[in-house]
Amino acid sequence: MNAGDDGARGKGHRLGALNRTSPLMLTLLGVAVVVVGFAARFNPLLVVVVAALVTGLAAGLPPAQVLAAFGRAFNENRFVSIPFVVLPLIGVVERAGLQERARTLIGRFRRASPGPLLAGYMVFRQITAALGLISIAGQAQTVRPLIAPMAEAAAEARAGGELPETARLAIRAWAAATDNIGAFFGEDIFVAIGSILLMVGFLASSGISLDPLQLSKWAIPTAIAAFLIHGVRLLIFDRRLRHPARGEPAA
Amino acid sequence: MIKLDVVYVLAGLMFAAFAVLGAFDRRNPKRFGNAAFWGLVALSFLAGDRLGDLGNGVLVLGLALIAGFGLLGRGQPDTTGADERRALAARFGEKLFIPALTLPLVLIVALLVLKPLHLAGQPLLDPKQATLISLALAAIIAVGVALILLRQPWISPLQEGRRLMDIVGWAALLPQALSALGAVFALAGVGKVIGGLVTSYLPVDTLPAAVAVYCLGMAGFTVIMGNAYAAFPVLTAGVGLPILVRHFGGDPAAVCAIGMLSGFCGTLMTPLAANFNLVPPALLEIPDRYAVIKAQIPTAIPLLVANMVLMYVLAFPH
Repeated sequence: MNAGDDGARGKGHRLGALNRTSPLMLTLLGVAVVVVGFAARFNPLLVVVVAALVTGLAAGLPPAQVLAAFGRAFNENRFVSIPFVVLPLIGVVERAGLQERARTLIGRFRRASPGPLLAGYMVFRQITAALGLISIAGQAQTVRPLIAPMAEAAAEARAGGELPETARLAIRAWAAATDNIGAFFGEDIFVAIGSILLMVGFLASSGISLDPLQLSKWAIPTAIAAFLIHGVRLLIFDRRLRHPARGEPAA
Repeated sequence: MIKLDVVYVLAGLMFAAFAVLGAFDRRNPKRFGNAAFWGLVALSFLAGDRLGDLGNGVLVLGLALIAGFGLLGRGQPDTTGADERRALAARFGEKLFIPALTLPLVLIVALLVLKPLHLAGQPLLDPKQATLISLALAAIIAVGVALILLRQPWISPLQEGRRLMDIVGWAALLPQALSALGAVFALAGVGKVIGGLVTSYLPVDTLPAAVAVYCLGMAGFTVIMGNAYAAFPVLTAGVGLPILVRHFGGDPAAVCAIGMLSGFCGTLMTPLAANFNLVPPALLEIPDRYAVIKAQIPTAIPLLVANMVLMYVLAFPH
């Protein structure tokens, strides 16, 4: 998985029919359905299917053909859902007490606190992603079983007791966000990641031939900026957790 | 050559087990909704290529209707309680980390050893899908290690997997459905229409303005389309190459690389990037489905500004 993962460029011969020149603005009706549907918090899965149908119908296709086009693309994108095969493992180790053990482990470090802990995880995530090891960590593999419980436990140990629910939920959201940011702004330093290959291919078709390494080295300045910006925010978040009186720990 | 099909069968069997076990879970009042939902997912993985395009379309419609009408509940398989887990954690100690570390370890070994391996002139693993195949292999081996080392019941991977899968719920299928929506958008020309609007109505006369249009365009377009890949060709063909590279003499590598990373800032801000932004709140049991996006936006915006500055400074002769 990577930040720009599209995977949607299937062959889609039948989808080609959608390409018939449709009225300009009508094409954007599907986008409007998504924006309104997500904002109104309808069930997103239903919103997406409706948006696909609206886009196809706006392009002048019969409903059955639109449904077929969407079904075909859904089938071609099954690989997107493969990472859920790690859930049985995560469930078994949770059953045997891994989250509790992770909490105990972090509780042993008296000075541990959630902000620096998450900043450390971000460095790990950025470096391993830059080495192409994007899948060794992630929301299911590391954040749920290890990182989120450790960050919660660090905050609890420091506070000397149970945290308010809002603080616990905020720490979890920050753990997930840190995983994403670390992965996104590390992976593009790796030469064989999808987005780099997409750029090489696109530029080649535009008559500019570049080596993947020439592109990936330009991801380093942004990676450093991402660490500095998010790292400072983590420290501020940490301070706010410590002094909840100064304001709610915002998620 | 081992292809992704093998992994599809594995995933299909896993979801089929979730469906069957879910149907017998009397503690879940909506158990038949869960059974139907995961059963359809299992069918998709096991027989998706034989259902035909319309058949797959009806399948997705079924998933969306089950989710949309709130027919999914949360299964409650027998699991260990909080006290029990604390006792187990004390008993097993650091041993508990071994299965969790087996996963990345096997993954690394598979990518370093199995991926380059050739049998009879053919690669052992399909090179395009080596990571996902290795991930599935690593998951199986790590489950085996967990069962033996931690002496858990043999059914527990399926029951515990079902527990977590039900926690994620319909959000699990959202990334795949959004990818399919992206394909429909792409072929209906949604990208071209928006790209046309951006390139014809926004100012690109001065270098700072052109850099801002390209970077903000990449981020904004990614927010609307849900991924930076869809934004990149449109904006790079419209603004990046003709204006930033050819007109202002920018270095194409730096322009494109930093442009793509500006798109990633958009990924952090959009619910359409569901696997990064909407699945994690479900998995972490955070009630606010936009909690992760809210935590990311204040990093994404300054980083987007930083990207514009970096591009202006690094990509152009001054």
